Amino acid sequence: MNIELPELSLVVLVGASGSGKSTFARRHFRSTEVISSDACRGMVSDDENAQSATPDAFELLRYIAGKRLKNGLLTVVDATSLRPEDRRGYVQLAREHHCLPVAIVLDVPERVCRERNERRSDRDFGPHVIRNQCRALHRHLRNLRREGFRYVSVLKTVEEVEAVTIKRAPLWNNKRHVSGPFDIVGDVHGCFDELVALLERLGYAIDRAGDREEGDWAIVPPMTDGRARTLVLLGDLVDRGPKSPAVLRLAMRMVREGTAYCVPGNHDVKLMRALRGTRVRIAFGLARTLEQLEGASDAFRDEIIAFIDGLVSHYVFDEGRLVVAHAGLKESLQGRGSGAVREFCLYGETTGETDEFGLPVRHNWAADYRGHAMVVYGHTPIPEPEWLNGTICIDAGCVFGGRLTALRYPEEELVSVPAREQYAEPARPLDIGSATDGAEVSAQQRHDDMLNLADVLGKRIIETRLQRSVTVREQNAAAALEVMSRFAIDPRWLIYLPPTMSPCETSARPGLLEHPAEAFDYYRHRGVGAVVCEEKHMGSRAVVVVCRDADIARERFGVTTGELGSCYTRTGRRFFDDLELETAFLSRLCRAIGAAGLWETLATSWVCLDCELLPWSAKAQVLLREQYAAVGCAARAALSDIIPELQETVRRLDDPVAGDLVVRFDEQLVAIERYTDAYRHYCWPVASLDDLRLAPFHVLAGDGAVHVDKDHVWHMSTLAALAAHDDLLMATPYRSVALTDAADCSAAVDWWESLTRAGGEGMVVKPEAFIESGRRGLLQPAIKCRGPEYLRIIYGPEYRRDEHLTRLRSRGLRHKRSLALREFALGIEGLERFVRGAPLRRVHECVFAVLALESEPVDPRL
Amino acid sequence: MLLTIETTHQPATDLGYLLHKHPARVQSFSLSFGRAHVMYPRADEQRCRIAVVLDVDPVGLVRKHRGPAVDRYRLDQYVNDRPYVASSFMSVALNELFATAMNGRSKERQALVDRPIPLRTVLAVVPCRGGEGLLRRLFEPLGYDVSAKQHALDERFPEWGAGPYFTVALQQTVTIQSLLQHLYVLIPVLDNDKHYWVGRDEVEKLLARGTAPGPDGTPWLAQHPEKDLIARRYLRHRSRLTRDALARLAVEDDPDPDATDRLDDRAEAEIERSLSLNQQRVGSVLSVLKACGAATVLDLGCGSGGLLRELVAEKQFTRIVGVDVSVRSLQHAARRLRYDRLSEMQRRRVELLHGSLTYRDDRLAGFDAAAVVEVVEHLDPSRLSAFERCIFEFARPGTVVVTTPNREYNVMWETLPAGALRHRDHRFEWTREEFRVWAERVANEHGYGVRFLPVGPVDDDVGAPTQMAVFETNVRSGALTSE
Repeated sequence: MNIELPELSLVVLVGASGSGKSTFARRHFRSTEVISSDACRGMVSDDENAQSATPDAFELLRYIAGKRLKNGLLTVVDATSLRPEDRRGYVQLAREHHCLPVAIVLDVPERVCRERNERRSDRDFGPHVIRNQCRALHRHLRNLRREGFRYVSVLKTVEEVEAVTIKRAPLWNNKRHVSGPFDIVGDVHGCFDELVALLERLGYAIDRAGDREEGDWAIVPPMTDGRARTLVLLGDLVDRGPKSPAVLRLAMRMVREGTAYCVPGNHDVKLMRALRGTRVRIAFGLARTLEQLEGASDAFRDEIIAFIDGLVSHYVFDEGRLVVAHAGLKESLQGRGSGAVREFCLYGETTGETDEFGLPVRHNWAADYRGHAMVVYGHTPIPEPEWLNGTICIDAGCVFGGRLTALRYPEEELVSVPAREQYAEPARPLDIGSATDGAEVSAQQRHDDMLNLADVLGKRIIETRLQRSVTVREQNAAAALEVMSRFAIDPRWLIYLPPTMSPCETSARPGLLEHPAEAFDYYRHRGVGAVVCEEKHMGSRAVVVVCRDADIARERFGVTTGELGSCYTRTGRRFFDDLELETAFLSRLCRAIGAAGLWETLATSWVCLDCELLPWSAKAQVLLREQYAAVGCAARAALSDIIPELQETVRRLDDPVAGDLVVRFDEQLVAIERYTDAYRHYCWPVASLDDLRLAPFHVLAGDGAVHVDKDHVWHMSTLAALAAHDDLLMATPYRSVALTDAADCSAAVDWWESLTRAGGEGMVVKPEAFIESGRRGLLQPAIKCRGPEYLRIIYGPEYRRDEHLTRLRSRGLRHKRSLALREFALGIEGLERFVRGAPLRRVHECVFAVLALESEPVDPRL
Repeated sequence: MLLTIETTHQPATDLGYLLHKHPARVQSFSLSFGRAHVMYPRADEQRCRIAVVLDVDPVGLVRKHRGPAVDRYRLDQYVNDRPYVASSFMSVALNELFATAMNGRSKERQALVDRPIPLRTVLAVVPCRGGEGLLRRLFEPLGYDVSAKQHALDERFPEWGAGPYFTVALQQTVTIQSLLQHLYVLIPVLDNDKHYWVGRDEVEKLLARGTAPGPDGTPWLAQHPEKDLIARRYLRHRSRLTRDALARLAVEDDPDPDATDRLDDRAEAEIERSLSLNQQRVGSVLSVLKACGAATVLDLGCGSGGLLRELVAEKQFTRIVGVDVSVRSLQHAARRLRYDRLSEMQRRRVELLHGSLTYRDDRLAGFDAAAVVEVVEHLDPSRLSAFERCIFEFARPGTVVVTTPNREYNVMWETLPAGALRHRDHRFEWTREEFRVWAERVANEHGYGVRFLPVGPVDDDVGAPTQMAVFETNVRSGALTSE
């Protein structure tokens, strides 16, 4: 006997103790698919036969089964399940998860059960128990279907049990192996001429030859990359429009020939019921269809009934990446089969209320949609199809005088044709529902105005293109929430946060902690032949997002305040406290970009730049006063009193210890002076914008592009060209270095020495390509080599004393490097998502994660 | 890191006997944080000066440091003023080097110990948080002639002004024991920091070093007019320790036991202190929440739980949820509510949530009322719309009580500079008109009615220090929008 099961079902094995359920389950199902009541009893009580543990055991069983079904996994319940009350819960559970309950009854003779139990040492119940069990089983066996089981198999003999084979059948809606390409068309409503026009625009070849009835035509889909396209009709083929029968003919023939899929719409189903003779309320739209069908043959009517009756509520295509349904489908119902799923597909989710036009108020399931699959649907006419959280309604109200629209998949391209005329009057004016205020921002942007805490808090795992997944721990997310909420700018501007950067390996050279040779070694040893060395400016890291004009800010970022962009720090804070200053800064930058022709060369209307903003003192005032200058001030004042006291002692006593102390404290004073000189290099007074310098070093992104595919020479030269247009901007000196050329390397070291001698912070070494991988994965995107004088403000004024250096050399870079890579991957991922037009929460998730990772404890001096 | 003590007592070299350090030798001592060098730059009959030079190991400080990070001058920074200033390191050194003298004993000159002698002390440099004024308030009551030179942070950048560092000279005819005790206690007080974790034994140390007779012959610390501040700072603001110490110094006025240890909060509280405005605010919010008949309440931005504690005491509230963006504040609140000792029933009633008012949070939906006390002014104006939607659109409690400072009233605070805000983290403070306009717009957009109440004494011109708006659904909007 062959038993066919739907691939997602809840299988309940029914049979007395000893009937062979566990053996059966073992033979036909994976061990993880089977939940046995005995095992659950054992888990909660340490005794598989403890009857007192039964309530707890079944609670656990039900819980596990629920989790499995939620995750879309076939589940087998191995318990006696003899009485209807034992089984009722499973039917209900299956319904809750929109999958089918299946019963397999092992009704082997009582004698067999008894013998088997006698052979088992752990089961000492008497023969009457088995007898009662078998009686109970038989009493209700006939009613299994009525209990709600959709598939019931009864196996009567040991031989029959032995001989069974089980086959799992995919659900009708499972077309995961069909990957298109598709042309998905919204509600046609009898607009046959528009449908034909749309198909022709999409490249379908229509053979109208012969005297076939309108619509009953041979249609050949176009090819894309050698594969024929497939038409997908989103239902509501009929009603309201002029030529419903022709639409049906076209759809039926294409579906029959395998060139189209069609899901049912509520109007289609109602038509079917009307044709079957069921009493339905005949509204204007349906009346019109029935009128058009007057005089149609019975055969044609029957064909329509059969066609609509055979339509599957929704389809899951392309390995689960695409879901189509007439009214959309939320994630938990996708790929499931139940009455509730069908209802949702036909009517959407309604709140039970009606609006002022008498139409049901729909719950906007798409606003809460977090699923991975793209959902394409129709049902609700809207003026313009818009993406929201990876879903799109493409019913542009053709029958009401709008457009008949198709979405090309996977191209995500909308193609539409206008209605030839308005065939019906909508109950609700069409432009209602598009926002009344801020009508210019998209549905997604309106929705994104409010981010949800549930999307950022707690432990999170973020998939990135560069590094498979990045984990954010709960406590780090909590820290980020505080910083983000209290200090960060409007999240719509905050599309990127820069990664931290690791220094080079610690140098063993006398008097030095860092030297370019180690950075060169890092890349050379990992197979990189060319690097770009860029001067490292000592200022404050700044990310600048700037749009060509306020309209672009609205269109791309959904910001309607008139701001042109934003300039923010590496923790997402506004860089300028003074709004006017920020505005002036952004407009100047915007003008410079215009003058440099960058809008055109990058084919964009906005850019995101990664920069250093100088001087350091502009942003680090508090730090400078409270820490850097303070230390210099205290040390100089103290030493200027200590040294004379020591000298006086030496004069009086001629003590060698005192002599040594004079030398020691003189050296200390020199160290303090050098330290003071070091930070002074990075300070100058800022009275106006003219005193600031912005040194951009990455053109991160713009329309349609994250520029990680360009090498650093491109970034440097593009930005140098930009810098020529305004003194506010500064080009960053750089040089390309061939790592296999010793002379080239040593010239680069000389360059580094001259930079740092002149008071510079040092340089950043980057692989020529923006993204570089070695054998063991992603390489550091950049490594900094800081100059010995600069490091005084990191490791303290006197760090170059040997006694200090030997201790300071033990520093671990591993965590810093891992952090740098994870943050780099997240930063790029966030930008790529933004450029792809992903919902803000998906971008924010990456930015939030960078901030969270930054709260991981790591040596702050690295 | 330099301390010199000079005497003109005759013979001046007796100083060596008093301090048990030989004037002809340069001595070095190892201490946990580095070395101390003791020498006499001058030692003759007329004049004798001892110098203590501390040579603190800056790398060791960071590498050895364990324990909680100290507020501002964190020991985990290599760039640190600690090696160069007189701080608690100096106190430790004094204790190690001059323990005998500090305890009032001398092997060879016991007679001189109790005799005041002219002593001139120079400290280079002392970080003095509180300025020269505090320096004088601390030393002048003890009879010192104080002179102080404040140092510019960086002469290259005069606009940065002066730093907190002073070279201080103290002159008085005083016993060596008193001088050393004064220095031992008051140096860390000036600095307002300790390099080690302050535990209970610090109270003992403080009391032990406060025993030398002061100008009127009784122990100096007990009669010092700034003893509150001394105890508070010496004990690094650990309020319970401070209280113990002060109690043992026999003072009547107990300091506020709930003195929060957040500097900025304290600053704001000090500005508003004369009114104990906070209590009036909590009281007013509580009365509104009770009057509206709410059973389930949210305290949004509950901070360290001042209002929560009052809510818990009211039977009317069956479910109380405190929300704050700061995990640290929530920990304070949990401690304050003694959360880990609440019964299971009480715990079901009270909940603390980490959350943010700029994100939609479904956990906050379905409450009767919400209090948003002194929160809105901590938000960047650009984030206000998210805040409004979070509360009025998504959480949507029946009643929302919002309080915020009335900026107009700021002119009434003596300690607040003109035009300044009350708290460093306030992004703005609203006038009554600005608040009214905001509140009415929000009410209107979200279908609430709003009324306003003053909190604190009402001034005819500038109103009350705190303004309160009460938003309610189920009232016809507009009916209650007049003040």
